[in-house]
Amino acid sequence: MMTPAAIAIGCSAGGVDALQVLLGGLAPGLRQAVLVCCHSRSETTEIFRRVLERVSALPIAEAVERDVAHPGVVHVAPSGYHLLVESDLHFALSADPRVNYARPSIDVLFNSAAEAWGDRLIGVVLTGANADGAAGLRRIRQFGGTAVVQSPADAEAAAMPQAALDVAGADYCVPLLDIAPLLNRLCLP
Amino acid sequence: MDAPELEGIEVDVFVQALQKRHGYDFSQYAPASLKRRVRQLASQFQCKTISHLTERMLHEPELLPRVLEGLTVPASDMFRDPAVFRTLRENILPLLASYPHINIWQAGCAHGQEVYSLAILLEEAGLYERTQIFATDLSDRALQHASEGIYPVKDAQQWSRNYQASGGGQSLADYCSAGYNLIKLNQRLRRNVTFAMHNLATDGVFCEAHLILCRNVLIYFSNSLQDRALSLFRDSLVRSGFLCLGLRENLELASTARDFAPFIEPMRIYRVASHVETLSA
Ligand SMILES: C[S@@+](CC[C@H](N)C(=O)[O-])C[C@H]1O[C@@H](n2cnc3c(N)ncnc32)[C@H](O)[C@@H]1O
Repeated sequence: MMTPAAIAIGCSAGGVDALQVLLGGLAPGLRQAVLVCCHSRSETTEIFRRVLERVSALPIAEAVERDVAHPGVVHVAPSGYHLLVESDLHFALSADPRVNYARPSIDVLFNSAAEAWGDRLIGVVLTGANADGAAGLRRIRQFGGTAVVQSPADAEAAAMPQAALDVAGADYCVPLLDIAPLLNRLCLP
Repeated sequence: MDAPELEGIEVDVFVQALQKRHGYDFSQYAPASLKRRVRQLASQFQCKTISHLTERMLHEPELLPRVLEGLTVPASDMFRDPAVFRTLRENILPLLASYPHINIWQAGCAHGQEVYSLAILLEEAGLYERTQIFATDLSDRALQHASEGIYPVKDAQQWSRNYQASGGGQSLADYCSAGYNLIKLNQRLRRNVTFAMHNLATDGVFCEAHLILCRNVLIYFSNSLQDRALSLFRDSLVRSGFLCLGLRENLELASTARDFAPFIEPMRIYRVASHVETLSA
């Protein structure tokens, strides 16, 4: 298998805690671009970013439109916009209506990332109370990418990982604590 | 050839056909969003493939308004990002007040939510009588909707909070009448508004503006089309005129960005830089 070039992570209810665990466990030497889409009601990603910065060895930055997805950086989708990845690996934002009641929507991110990275993408679905991300994860698998889903039993909210399993299936379905070590193993040479 | 590659070709053909058949040029739109919308349009028209959509678009000209609406998705809110409207209210309108006559161009006005928001700001600042608002969009259907000013009542609650957060001293309800599940904005608010079709991809300068509001439109454009639109704004603004973009727009890749100086950067409000010769100079 080719070394993955990017990891796209989606989460909702309970996501901020889960992300801290996950990002806190990622190896500092990771060269993958990490994309995070987390539903939240807040209007800025500022506080969210600061929280993640405290635990993450990789730098955290809001994804900037027209900017490139940088290797070894965690890019957070801005609130109020869908985040998409162009085939040349630049970011695009969209103010289109909510998808699955969410903007940013995980499906929108996953669908475009699947096309951009093909089999060099890992999609991760964490805790959440709706079904966003399930269709996107299926698309990632259709393009040869790898699907990782948090075990629903282990998730603060089981609906989202369960929907992902039902719709897309998974290459790995593991508890939260095992996800970072798994990603390190898949990503480090 | 795999399915996504094939679909890529279909999208290209659709865009070319639309341009040749109806003159609307989407070739310079950022591909990821465009593709998503073409796909949605195909499913909305119950077309199995994008090629089928192309065929219907070519042979059923009456579909054009809906096709354009589907490709542009006129999604908006009143007083979206209240902090921006507060800044316009507190920092920009007082500067515009020194002009005897004020022209404002709202480009990409969608269903008019921002047009009415602006009109309310101007009313409350006592400037509306000497202001002309040009509200333009590419989509005829969007413009029609905008001029009617009718919206689902379920949106009004959030809008009313937005209005308050923007520093509004009254209640949004004072500016509209509510029906069973719709609200209608007071039609007096559009007495100085001109709604017109204008395509940022192909049309030129048509007014001399003191303020241009174009939020969340350029995000759908490729770098080169973004640059074209910005040149158009530069050429349409009076000396030291203001440009207000969406909160997450990035100008760094546009060469025209040099012609705009950040004025209130966090709100994405710019001013034509002093080195630029503008029309009125
Ligand atoms: C997402 S809406 C933004 C509405 C509003 N400004 C806001 O931020 O809430 C984008 C609008 O831009 C319009 N638009 C897209 N391409 C355009 C073009 N080439 N010329 C003029 N308007 C365009 C669309 O029809 C749509 O109404």
